[in-house]
Amino acid sequence: MVFGAIRKLKRGLDKTRNRLVGRLGAALKREVYLTEGFLEEVEEILIAADVGVEAAVELSEGLGRRLREAGGTAKLEDVTSVLREEIANMLGGAEGESIESGGPPHVILVVGVNGVGKTTSIAKLAKWHQGQGRRVLLGAADTFRAAAVEQLSLWADRIGVEIVKQDMGADPAAVAFDTVARAKAQGFDVVILDTAGRLQNKEGLMRELEKIGRVVRKQIEDGPHETLLCLDANTGQNGISQAQEFTATVPLDAIFLTKLDGTAKGGIVVAIAQGLDLPVRYVGTGESADDFALFHAQDFAGALFEADEESVGQENS
Amino acid sequence: MFQDLQEKLDGVFRQLAGKAKLSEENVSDAMREIRRSLLAADVEVGVARDFVKRVQARAVGTEVLSSVSPGQQIVKVVHDELVQLLGGETGQLQIDQSASPSVVLVMGLQGSGKTTFCSKLALHLKKQGRSPLLAACDLQRPAAIDQLEVLAKEIDVPVFTQREIQDVVAVAEKARNAAREQHCDVLIVDTAGRLQVDEELMDQLAALESSLEPAERLLVLDAMTGQEAVSIAKTFDEKIGVTGNVLTKLDGDARGGAALSLVEVTGKPIKFVGVGERPKDLDVFHPDRVAGRILGMGDILSLVEKAQEDIDEEKARRMEERMRRAEFTFDDFLDQLRQLRKMGSLKSVLGMMPGMNAKALKNAKVDEKALVRTEAMICSMTKKERMSPQIINGSRRKRIARGSGLQVSDVNRLLKQHRDMKKMMKMLSKAGNLERMGRNLFPGM
Repeated sequence: MVFGAIRKLKRGLDKTRNRLVGRLGAALKREVYLTEGFLEEVEEILIAADVGVEAAVELSEGLGRRLREAGGTAKLEDVTSVLREEIANMLGGAEGESIESGGPPHVILVVGVNGVGKTTSIAKLAKWHQGQGRRVLLGAADTFRAAAVEQLSLWADRIGVEIVKQDMGADPAAVAFDTVARAKAQGFDVVILDTAGRLQNKEGLMRELEKIGRVVRKQIEDGPHETLLCLDANTGQNGISQAQEFTATVPLDAIFLTKLDGTAKGGIVVAIAQGLDLPVRYVGTGESADDFALFHAQDFAGALFEADEESVGQENS
Repeated sequence: MFQDLQEKLDGVFRQLAGKAKLSEENVSDAMREIRRSLLAADVEVGVARDFVKRVQARAVGTEVLSSVSPGQQIVKVVHDELVQLLGGETGQLQIDQSASPSVVLVMGLQGSGKTTFCSKLALHLKKQGRSPLLAACDLQRPAAIDQLEVLAKEIDVPVFTQREIQDVVAVAEKARNAAREQHCDVLIVDTAGRLQVDEELMDQLAALESSLEPAERLLVLDAMTGQEAVSIAKTFDEKIGVTGNVLTKLDGDARGGAALSLVEVTGKPIKFVGVGERPKDLDVFHPDRVAGRILGMGDILSLVEKAQEDIDEEKARRMEERMRRAEFTFDDFLDQLRQLRKMGSLKSVLGMMPGMNAKALKNAKVDEKALVRTEAMICSMTKKERMSPQIINGSRRKRIARGSGLQVSDVNRLLKQHRDMKKMMKMLSKAGNLERMGRNLFPGM
């Protein structure tokens, strides 16, 4: 399992990694001396990976300190391994492998801004839980976007899980209530609730989300057990405000990082980890329901800087 | 949009404002800050670097005019460079008059908002007197066709779907024939979301392009995209030849860095921006106005245009007449409220006023609901009550409060507001100055 996950993550990160290492490599082919210019270059490379100005400055300054201690010169491997270590540290507290399961039913609420891939991610989660022998029930509480219910229904058919749905425009909280009620009555293990995409600065829509959380608690006191923010790996610094605003509305448990199969770097999770105590738990790497992996901070940071394909797997086997 | 950047730049300019003249030193300090502001706003690293270099060269090289302060001088330079960065002129949508129909190919990554944009564009064209046809060529995502159908119905624009065929090019060609038969002059083709590195899907897009020969090939990009925006845009441009960019979800982002990087890197203009979820929430992108907004100069031109578009002129004229005669009934009040609401949220309207910088807006708690509540109260009045409010006694007040789900005190407040407005109008019509009225329409501002 772990190995397969790494392979998938690696596949997703291939482009990212090559690009980063390529640029770092080019920057470091010459002998590395500790200069302002060099550190600025590192800073820019990190910013280009969306880790944000603050995190980039912190990382490059940390690197500067380490370089000074080492006498002011270093080899490529040393520089990349220092950065990798630091990023893994930043994300270390953010690793969310252990999932405390609540319930049954274990209620998962999936939230996020428009177009990040919530519905597809739900299909992946559903399939994964199903693969672990759990009975999954989906709740189509995105009653706003045109054809969102149809989209989730199609996924439910494909995977072979059941779904609770109402018509477009129905009260999403009512759908959530019905879904959890049915899961309780019929002994489902896992409930996954889809919600409409909403921009984090839309007051009214955020209140609606709050209500969904409240309604779930009417059925299950300690629910939802897992509130996930779907975050597009392409996202820039806006991701920080997404994390802040959503967690202020429905306390988030973790991030589901989507679309990591492109050239996107997903570096924004470093910026988020730096500012908020919010782990990344799952990673989406494609359009099929199997393109899914658990997140490992070490792998993520390692894959960012590792040039040799195999060493990532070896380190973790 | 752009509030973050605006706030940061404002801080930089304020620091410079106290300086007597621009020296190499204080300019380079300012430049470092500007670079950081741009990077924090997701402007692409290279673009930020070049931008700062250009501003610095122009700022240090020029004599400070005696009439302006060094701070103002820099603002001017930054403004000019921003307009340049954003593409200079407004990019018009190309319609090929000789083609029937003229084709608009809409493409982008998954989840960037293509389908929503297609329906917004259709409505935009319809308003201009064209007859668009939407073509559902996203055969990839589950229920994408349904989504376009629902949206098309909402704006009452025809849509072409073909669920039996899996070949995108074939569907698109059938759609073009359908457009000819139905005498539609613009065909808007919605395509599946794809990663720019997905060779197979990019080839499919290229095939669509060569078959349809679209006059416009629009790339739809999420405004919240980070540093990757540039490479996405570049690749689409290299493989398909982009004619214009569309930025979506700009209402959710305070940075807009992608907007600032796109044009510079691809050389292709931004033509539209999506600013909300309703079909009408689409703006034409004007570089100079946006630059003005980033620097807190307001955007009066867009405000006026919005007003012209949304406000019924005949109605407005009659209203002015009545105001002059100080006959302002609750029906007139209701009319005004509804016209105001049609222009969008109060915040977005206020954001276009000069002097309304990001900070002021953030602190101003605009109660959007106040308009809804007022409307509810007026709707709970009888015709007679609206015409002659003086008959609204205690029991009528109670009934109105019940009808609108509010308190009697709310009704009292509304009645007082109406009285005050009438009084004000009387005064103003004497003074012959109706413009200042506007301020009274925003209680609490």
